[in-house]
Amino acid sequence: MSEDGKKKASYNVPIGPIHPALKEPCLFNFKMNGEVVEEADFAPGQAHRAIEWMGMRRNPVQIVHLTDRICGICGVSHTLTFARCVEQIAEIEVPERGHYVRTIIAEYERIQSHLLWAGVAAHELGFDTLFHLCWRIREESMDVIEYLTGNRVNYAIIQVGGVRRDFTEDQFPRIEKSLKYYEDLVGKMLKLFLEDKTISLRSKDCGVLSYDDALQLCCVGPTTRASGVNMDVRQDAPYAAYGDIDVTAVLPDVYGGGINGDVYDRIVVRLFEVVQSVGIIRQCLDQMPVGEVLWEKKYPKILAACKKAVGEASASVEAPRGECFHYVRMNGKPEPEAWKVKASTYSNQLAWLKMVTGEQLADLPIIVASIDPCMSCTDRVAVVRNGKRDVLTKEELHRLSVEKTRRLMQ
Amino acid sequence: MKLSKAFSRSLWAFHFNSGSCNGCDIEVVATLTPRYDPERFGVKLVGSPKHADVLVVTGPVTHKMAPRLKRVYEQMADPKVVMVVGSCGSSGGVFYDSYNLDGPVDEVIPVDVYVPGCPPRPEGVIYGVVQAIAKLERLESEQ
Ligand code: SF4
Repeated sequence: MSEDGKKKASYNVPIGPIHPALKEPCLFNFKMNGEVVEEADFAPGQAHRAIEWMGMRRNPVQIVHLTDRICGICGVSHTLTFARCVEQIAEIEVPERGHYVRTIIAEYERIQSHLLWAGVAAHELGFDTLFHLCWRIREESMDVIEYLTGNRVNYAIIQVGGVRRDFTEDQFPRIEKSLKYYEDLVGKMLKLFLEDKTISLRSKDCGVLSYDDALQLCCVGPTTRASGVNMDVRQDAPYAAYGDIDVTAVLPDVYGGGINGDVYDRIVVRLFEVVQSVGIIRQCLDQMPVGEVLWEKKYPKILAACKKAVGEASASVEAPRGECFHYVRMNGKPEPEAWKVKASTYSNQLAWLKMVTGEQLADLPIIVASIDPCMSCTDRVAVVRNGKRDVLTKEELHRLSVEKTRRLMQ
Repeated sequence: MKLSKAFSRSLWAFHFNSGSCNGCDIEVVATLTPRYDPERFGVKLVGSPKHADVLVVTGPVTHKMAPRLKRVYEQMADPKVVMVVGSCGSSGGVFYDSYNLDGPVDEVIPVDVYVPGCPPRPEGVIYGVVQAIAKLERLESEQ
């Protein structure tokens, strides 16, 4: 508002780029009119670590440990995509059982990632009890992942040609126990998230992305499915063991409410994907063939095969946040000649611009978080008003969001 | 270390991501949630460096983040302790040969506690916090 208080002038709200917990920290700039966002823009690229550049100086057997660390939440997806590229070029065949182990780990990753997101979403709405509950039940999947792979994060289980560790029969009861645990909890989680009046009020018709916009912006994963686009790499171009398993894309109408493309629908899709993942793991356990899990036990032999390989390949995998795409070119050297990574958030980021336009400042935390950009991107905000600049921290923005929830409840 | 004295006031931490892979950040948050629940002892994350006793840094410090890390460090009141969580912040880790790093963290700001691991387990992070408390006590007794 201008000095005389009569004419409304728009002002800018930059958010970021420091954000304590983001894979791709970015700088947002919102043009505000009062409480409402008129225009939005952003600049990603603050956490550039030159991973592709480093990868082109290492060999594929080393790179799989680098790809784990592209993202600490969905590392398996990146490693799996990269390994699939190299396997195609070097004509390495992954044993059947290796595919099943890959699938099971990828699905556990989805479970922990979606629960993590659900917790963050609850936190952004000011529902901290639910945040802590989500992270508490997420620990169950972390325990199983650690039990199976030896690590809680960055599992280092996928290798070019298969996986580095097999599951043994005596591990199955523990897996089964965790599946049962999640099945028993599903009803409770759906009730807490989807029947809660406050969550509905804050998330319905908020941050809408239409079907056409989702298609035009090439959004991927739960973000695009929530807008009704029937797309899931596991269903459209099956990889690993997904060909043997029945997976269909989860659309928000599974919960009866129709497809609106709002934040609520994104919650619906992710919660039901956790249910779906439990089903997929169960199918995998039932159908798992016996045999080897790695193409060749001796790593120098894998390396030798990679060194000889000439050609190029691309692969995509359905990561928890959507399609993750890699392109690799090998040229008879240990190091790849070219390597390109396109993570899912890259495709989804542009949807922010559509989602936030016309929304209120207090809704930004949940909208920005709703595409699951690894974490919300709102650590620090500077409000420029009449040339004066005061800084809104993430906490203050969060407080605004909580206050809005309170207002709605009155 | 005199435990009772340290717990006479709560330890607040500010978390700074300097371009990490998120693995450590998630483990820091996992440390704060009900299974480990360090909030019993008053340990919690705060949203402003000005309120914090401990700066928890993750990530290998990219060029763009280095000046910001310095600024955040300077904003903290004394006595303060810097704790690096993760191998890449301690030594560069898997990113050691990247062209875009100003790190590891101790080349940008002074570091008191290193928690190694890629990422460290929540138990490791908690052990680091205990070391940070001990260091704070020493700093305070010197003042
Ligand atoms: S230490 Fe490892 S897990 Fe932690 S941020 Fe660095 S690369 Fe990621």
